[in-house]
Amino acid sequence: MKDSIYRSHVLICTGTGCVSSGANTLKESLEEELAANDLSGEIKIVETGCHGFCEKGPIMIVYPEGVFYCEVQSDDVAEIVEEHLLKGRTVERLLFKEPMTDEQIPSYQDIDFYKKQQRIALANCGQIDPEDIDEYIALGGYEAAGKVLTEMDPQEVVDIIKDAGLRGRGGGGFPTGLKWQFAKNSEGDKKYVICNADEGDPGAFMDRSILEGDPHRIIEGMLVAAYAIGADEGYVYVRAEYPLAIKRLEKAIEDAEEYGLLGENIFSSGFNFKLHIKKGAGAFVCGEETALMNSIEGKRGMPTPRPPYPAVRGLWGKPTNINNVETYANIPYIINEGADSFSAIGTEGSSGTKVFALTGKINNTGLVEVPMGTTLKEVIFEIGGGLGKGKKFKAVQTGGPSGGCLPEDYLDLPIDYDSLLDAGTMMGSGGMVVMDEDSCMVDVARFFLNFTQSESCGKCTPCREGTKRMLEILNRITDGEGKDGDIELLLDLGEHIKSTSLCGLGQSAPNPVLSTIRYFRDEYEAHIHDHNCPAGVCSDLVSAYVIDEEACIGCGKCAKVCPVDAISGEIKSPFTIDPDVCIACGACEPECPVDAISQA
Amino acid sequence: MKSLAELKELRNKVQKEMKKRDQGTRAEIIVGMGTCGIAAGARDILKAVLAEVEKRDLDVRVTQTGCIGMCEKEPLIDVKLPGKEKITYGNLSEADVQKIITEHVVNGNIVSDLVIARHK
Repeated sequence: MKDSIYRSHVLICTGTGCVSSGANTLKESLEEELAANDLSGEIKIVETGCHGFCEKGPIMIVYPEGVFYCEVQSDDVAEIVEEHLLKGRTVERLLFKEPMTDEQIPSYQDIDFYKKQQRIALANCGQIDPEDIDEYIALGGYEAAGKVLTEMDPQEVVDIIKDAGLRGRGGGGFPTGLKWQFAKNSEGDKKYVICNADEGDPGAFMDRSILEGDPHRIIEGMLVAAYAIGADEGYVYVRAEYPLAIKRLEKAIEDAEEYGLLGENIFSSGFNFKLHIKKGAGAFVCGEETALMNSIEGKRGMPTPRPPYPAVRGLWGKPTNINNVETYANIPYIINEGADSFSAIGTEGSSGTKVFALTGKINNTGLVEVPMGTTLKEVIFEIGGGLGKGKKFKAVQTGGPSGGCLPEDYLDLPIDYDSLLDAGTMMGSGGMVVMDEDSCMVDVARFFLNFTQSESCGKCTPCREGTKRMLEILNRITDGEGKDGDIELLLDLGEHIKSTSLCGLGQSAPNPVLSTIRYFRDEYEAHIHDHNCPAGVCSDLVSAYVIDEEACIGCGKCAKVCPVDAISGEIKSPFTIDPDVCIACGACEPECPVDAISQA
Repeated sequence: MKSLAELKELRNKVQKEMKKRDQGTRAEIIVGMGTCGIAAGARDILKAVLAEVEKRDLDVRVTQTGCIGMCEKEPLIDVKLPGKEKITYGNLSEADVQKIITEHVVNGNIVSDLVIARHK
């Protein structure tokens, strides 16, 4: 195995986020510097999955001290090696700084971003090399599967999951134990388990990070599920846009097969399980379970009516259990620690934790896992580090294109499945987009509806025709051609589409529109009646920028940045902006050295 | 995997490496690696520490620190056992390392003639 005496482990995050910021070159630079300083035999380099703190990537953690370095570039490596790895002096300028206080925090555990998190599904992400099965095993991996296969009978397993109170993490929130029970009860000697790793919500990357950072966890969760319901074959349906996740999963399956953890007679229990990967092909609707199964069968990805539910008649007509990546990721913990341990976390109706992808106008964008019941305020302001300087919170969008927006009044809302539904939004798969006063709520609704409309498969009329008409109305409103009665029409259409669409896509597509009308109706009215976009976003409705001729010094800096060439003038004479061309993007205003530019 | 016992055996074997990332309470040896330390030969002291730790298969955290000011007494190492006071040893040679690890780290007996300071 490993013969060198490693006194220190340096963990480099190679999740997709950090890789896109340059993490791949870090490993090479580090190897070079270690060799140059004769430290190669003492320092182990480990490439891990995503820590979640994507805003500050590339991330490097040095153990045993647990020093957390952020935004590390190849040029910094020489200094880290010489100062820290050789001499033991932390490189202060690369330490994390709290956004609000500028305080430097050396240790990983002390950063606010991590202090309030409770990492169950993400326990190993960022801590292990996802391509090394031994590291997963070192941290207790596959023991839950072993215990289940050798010491428990299938009904016992189902009962534990029921008692734990785990609910589907893909967005539906259906009690997982109950779903497994239905599949177990179905008669038949051929059954399947499926992992839904399509993750179609724009901006969501919870599942991607788990697959890239801890793929064995999913294999273990599926093993337990398969045993519980009596399946011997499974599929992980991963979207093709996740090549790194696919690569890591393929390696994990290969290694698990080599160790006899997949295949025949696992743990000498007589239980067999074979796992396949099926790649998606870019359709949001294939995240819907019936469309997904059709896709695996080689048919067009379109949903079919339920009942019958997959647990009764699913893949190739056989009883099938289908769960989301994060749902499976919670299974090993529940088996190892017990149902009570899991249900003690979270709220009465929603046990455990949830992973959220925090994005938008927030300081600490990234991935966080918190106990259910944590308030929106804690997630946004304490873990998320709040909004940028001088910016005011306006709304938070939860649940992706199926969810809704919540205004300031709801910041103290404890996050759980039911409280979010009552407020007019939903948990969804865990997307959380924070918005400030510069976001137009009508535009936000239009953005999400535009997405769901283009992803509509076309099979059922309410979704195919209804979302198209709703989008037309929204486009008219943002173009300045809103009419009296548009809001009422949107509400009416929305309710109809929700109650009559064939699948979840149509049933939830109107949500962003309905919730923004509920809480931000005044913005819609301003667009329609006052021809004004209060946030200054909808370009046809905002006033053009103007240059104060008397203040202008004719430097031309503004003209250089104008994306539509609306500014003209001669150097040393006052410049002017053409109001018909100006799209009011505001790029010129900060460029002016004498503050001569403002909005009319 | 033929049995759960086999899995547990593998786990014990591979866990040792992963322990390096555990920041919990273990015995700690801190080697002074400031410029003065390095000039006085601290690199060789560090290597000797690592070799001895490996030879005895000890679960010890080995880290470095900078110059603490007592440059005259370099190479310096600190030994901190959980719950015990930190002891600074100085003016060390490679042979002293083995003695300190055997006597102090393993058996808990401070090597008085090599001690420079005790910290409460």
